[in-house]
Amino acid sequence: MSSDVVVSLQNLHKSFGSNHVLRGIDLEVTRGEVVCIIGPSGSGKSTLLRCVNMLETPSSGTITVLGRELTDIDCDINEARSKIGMVFQSFNLFPHMTALENVSVSQRKVLKRNAKEAQEISRSLLARVGLQDKENSYPAQLSGGQQQRVAIARALAMNPDVMLFDEATSALDPELVGDVLAVMQALAQEGMTMLVVTHEMGFAKNVADRVVFMDAGVIVEQGSPQQVIGAPREERTQSFLSSVLNH
Amino acid sequence: MALSKRKKAMYMRYAMYVVSIAFLIAVILFIDWERLGNAMFRWNIVKEQFPDILTKAAKNTVVFTVLGFAGGLSFGLLFALMRLSSIRAYRWFAATYIEIFRGIPLLVTLLILGFGIPIATGWKWPNPYLQGAIPLSLVASAYMAETIRAGIEAVPKGQMEAARSLGMSYTRAMTTIIIPQALRIIVPPLTNEFVLLIKDTSLISVLGVTAATKDLARFGRDGVNQTANATPLIVAGLVYLAMTLPLTQLVAWMERKTKAMSR
Repeated sequence: MSSDVVVSLQNLHKSFGSNHVLRGIDLEVTRGEVVCIIGPSGSGKSTLLRCVNMLETPSSGTITVLGRELTDIDCDINEARSKIGMVFQSFNLFPHMTALENVSVSQRKVLKRNAKEAQEISRSLLARVGLQDKENSYPAQLSGGQQQRVAIARALAMNPDVMLFDEATSALDPELVGDVLAVMQALAQEGMTMLVVTHEMGFAKNVADRVVFMDAGVIVEQGSPQQVIGAPREERTQSFLSSVLNH
Repeated sequence: MALSKRKKAMYMRYAMYVVSIAFLIAVILFIDWERLGNAMFRWNIVKEQFPDILTKAAKNTVVFTVLGFAGGLSFGLLFALMRLSSIRAYRWFAATYIEIFRGIPLLVTLLILGFGIPIATGWKWPNPYLQGAIPLSLVASAYMAETIRAGIEAVPKGQMEAARSLGMSYTRAMTTIIIPQALRIIVPPLTNEFVLLIKDTSLISVLGVTAATKDLARFGRDGVNQTANATPLIVAGLVYLAMTLPLTQLVAWMERKTKAMSR
């Protein structure tokens, strides 16, 4: 396997009881690539993303991240996860910690950085997402957009090799979406490998290197944004896009 | 003339007040206050209770309560985590323990562990405080385990997911992320458990305590035997109230505060 492959999914299946959510997914993401996953709700795109860092254990198939097979029982999952950044739809900031502590805590507890070093890194990360003046604010004192940017900084603090975004802007008020997307776009331009589940077609069109359309647990179509969003070949892709773009 | 519903309700309310006040006046008039005061509240006996009721009896009650609470909290946390474990044997064990100790009256547990086990095995309790406090904490832990479990389950699932996504182990995520948040949720109910424990320590007196380990209730009962008067019990009750009332007020205040915060 080429060393440039960061994420590799092979014949991935996932069922919740009798509900067969993923029905054989094969996907590779190479270093520096930004892949957007789009599709109707219930198509399995969030489950797919959550499988990449094993928040969901797949029913069958293999997941390989940075050459490490996460589905192997001998794999140290905590170590592997520390290299995979995850950003959630509902932010999931730690409400009992300030913004600075949110960004520092995993550096201290997982990477074992000392307090001073962790704080310095956290400050520069908060500055990078435009929140240098909010380091002492608690999540409840921040807007949704600010919370999500702290969450991105928190994930970046682990120096991840790949970032996963699970509908990162879906819970935001419309006027706050732009700030978060700008941070994500900047990350993409810096060469971060990103796997993004999104409903923001504009972001997919402008930022993605590749767009993957999923429906009913399978990848229906993938290719460049121009190809998939601009000129979809599959009928399911066409009907999904016309329902999202013409509302 | 038919009364409207609201008018009827209004007259009913007045009638209730009149009846209540009449009843109160009747009680005040017909009770033999002097006799009652002689039997239950004699100043000279009240004075005799001090300072021992505070320095010895109340101190012992506090010692039993604190030991029981500390033990109950540690074991309660352990059983709560076992209830939430992915290992079925742990869940099963904790659930059985909780059901057993919540289902048997504290008095019976105290007698079995305090007397029954020593008689059956020849083993002796090394310390009279532990003889009372350990059964107390075993029962308290069953109740606290359920409180703590509810607190942990009230922390949104996304918190654990976020912590694990950052590479934290389950244990690390529990100690740094989940339990600190759960503690905030369970402080009011745990304070209530503390109040219940203060009162439950009164049952420990069935274990033939020595003069040094008498708790408040036993002190009151012994006082009744010595003076042939109920005053010592009344004083003991007032000392209990002096301990529990501030705590129940604190809980009420905390609950108002969390309500205001979640608004």
